[in-house]
Amino acid sequence: MVKALERENVEMVFSYPGGANLEILDYLRKSSIRTVLVRHEQGAAHEASGYARITGKPGVCLVTSGPGATNLVTGIAAASMDSIPLIAITGQVATSMVGTDAFQEVDVTGITDPITKHNYLIKDVNAVAQTVKEAFYVASAGRPGPVVLDFPRDVAKATSKIKEVASIDLRGYKPNLKGHTGQIKQVIRLLAEAKRPLILAGGGILGSGSWDELRQLAESQQTPVANTLMGLSSISLDHPLALGLAGVHGLPAANLAIQRADLLIGLGTRFSDRLSCDVEGFAPNAKIVHIDVDPAEIGKNVRVDIPLVGDLKIVLNQILEKLEPVQHQEWLAEIAQLKAMKAPSCRAEGLSPITVMESLAKVLPAQAIVTTDVGQHQLWSAQRLPHRRPRGFISSGGLGAMGYGIPAAIGAQMACPNDLVVAVTGDGSFQMGLPELGTAKEQKLPIKILLLNNSYLGMVKQLQDFYCGQRYAAVQFTDNPDFGCLVKAYGGSHYLVSREEDLSKALADFLADPGMAVLEARVAYEENVLPMVLGGNCLSQMEGIE
Amino acid sequence: MRHTFAVLVENSPGVLSKVAGLFSRRGFNIESLVVSETEDSSTSRMTIVVEGDNRVLEQVGKQLNKQVDIIKVNDITHEETVERQLCLIRVSADQSTRQEVLQITEVFRCRVVDIGRKSLIVEATGDETKMQAIIRSLRPFGIMELVRTGKVAMIRGERNKGK
Repeated sequence: MVKALERENVEMVFSYPGGANLEILDYLRKSSIRTVLVRHEQGAAHEASGYARITGKPGVCLVTSGPGATNLVTGIAAASMDSIPLIAITGQVATSMVGTDAFQEVDVTGITDPITKHNYLIKDVNAVAQTVKEAFYVASAGRPGPVVLDFPRDVAKATSKIKEVASIDLRGYKPNLKGHTGQIKQVIRLLAEAKRPLILAGGGILGSGSWDELRQLAESQQTPVANTLMGLSSISLDHPLALGLAGVHGLPAANLAIQRADLLIGLGTRFSDRLSCDVEGFAPNAKIVHIDVDPAEIGKNVRVDIPLVGDLKIVLNQILEKLEPVQHQEWLAEIAQLKAMKAPSCRAEGLSPITVMESLAKVLPAQAIVTTDVGQHQLWSAQRLPHRRPRGFISSGGLGAMGYGIPAAIGAQMACPNDLVVAVTGDGSFQMGLPELGTAKEQKLPIKILLLNNSYLGMVKQLQDFYCGQRYAAVQFTDNPDFGCLVKAYGGSHYLVSREEDLSKALADFLADPGMAVLEARVAYEENVLPMVLGGNCLSQMEGIE
Repeated sequence: MRHTFAVLVENSPGVLSKVAGLFSRRGFNIESLVVSETEDSSTSRMTIVVEGDNRVLEQVGKQLNKQVDIIKVNDITHEETVERQLCLIRVSADQSTRQEVLQITEVFRCRVVDIGRKSLIVEATGDETKMQAIIRSLRPFGIMELVRTGKVAMIRGERNKGK
């Protein structure tokens, strides 16, 4: 197993030990692979995910059987929803014990079936090398996703003489990477005919590494680009054609452009419910082109006029080869007007979290990597940060797993030790990711954590504002811990800010801190993420926008 | 709409549960599912009958295709096929009704595979319509027990293996 991992050029494994993975850890100790000891298995999965998202290579985590494996489940599900290549190795009880409800036995392949791209229970030591190679292939090829390798202890103890592994040829998995030329012609024709074209760029652009092609396409066709949450950082928001986040909390320009466009080109997106809102009223005037490597996504959520299956890097190059540049002055003038509409805020008294985010946006270096947790802070980050570094915005999109941000920052920092990594979090999420500060301390990682503390689970409070007549239930933390003490216990520096006038200095000190640091901003809890499209409404009906 | 999918899968443990799980979590309705080894012992063939609208049926095909253990998915609903189910029916038949029951089984070319004093076991093979007709005809005598396989199907005519 360890040799096979080395063959896949695995640099590091995020792991937590137990009775069922002793052997692998023993061999890892002697290998070229770095073992990173985590504090909770969920952290291991999220760390591997953070690593995978910044590098584009599969992240690897290793845990023991039973609770070790079940603790991974959230992380695997998050990776599955966001199409992140992940290899999760779980120890398992010996094959002779499987099925007997042995100590720390769970049916890992059964539990992870719905949340993996594929999984394997390895019963034969001679199959290990081939299976590992296959797992890395499946995790990365086509639409990436998590793969689980369940590895019984007796198999781990056995030795195999197999040295050579055959190249991968899976008769059941042959993703179609090259675009169909007939369909490409149609796309080119539609682009030439369109008066109000719009690109909707999703996470597939980042997964396939085709942000340069995206920019070329947008520039040559003078076509604005809206992003899904997962697609943020595929185009810098400094770019004149970039519209930023679309969807439930999308920016007005992005949402309205979708509703006004006559051609919508979806690139590597699932057209998820958070994006499309009311499906029937989504992009009502547009022909929809959907380009994705996973044919099952096409036509799943929204109607599609031109489906095109393939790897975006390849398909976009196929399209670019044949494309004539065009101008869309009227449409871009209209877009410019839309862009003048800013995302609103209610400007509550006290320090506004939005002010904090806008100040961070101003001072954040272009190469900084930002991870987020889940909640209001996530959407404010999505809306207001510049997203200049491709793959540099790392957030749990589909699953929306709180507790993602800190471990994801650890994974990203491990992959890019010299880069600035900022985790934006809230006081709720922070307490879910907290154990991993132990990992960050031990690995001496200088991650920066911006903690927006409003003593509320703000996103749920916001939902209760809109859907429950402001009857707040189970959303207020009436007695939060002293975060300063906590951070110091983990060897980090703690900066506190509660007034706008202290903000810029606090931010500067925080970002310049050489080690792990937390900037706790005590912010007004009244602030909501706006705009907001309420359930059942379409994208143009945004709360907070006149 | 009712569609029949012929699905070629790896003959390995866990594949059935992957397919069954896929159907249940995506809310697809399985009407019947038959699985067994094919002429090549490394593969199994599932014949799955699914009920749903066009959109659902398209998703069924695509989601099945995505599975690594699934080699080939064919919607054979509109193909010319030979299809068969097998049904065992324990039907009440005493002295007074036995002759009539036997006549019915002959009409449908069923076989009587067991005879008791008060009942018979009838083995019937055929397509869905024939099964329904047999069951309808035997019901008045009292069906005491009934078991059916799902449908298996094969496309008619010469086929190349690679196809």
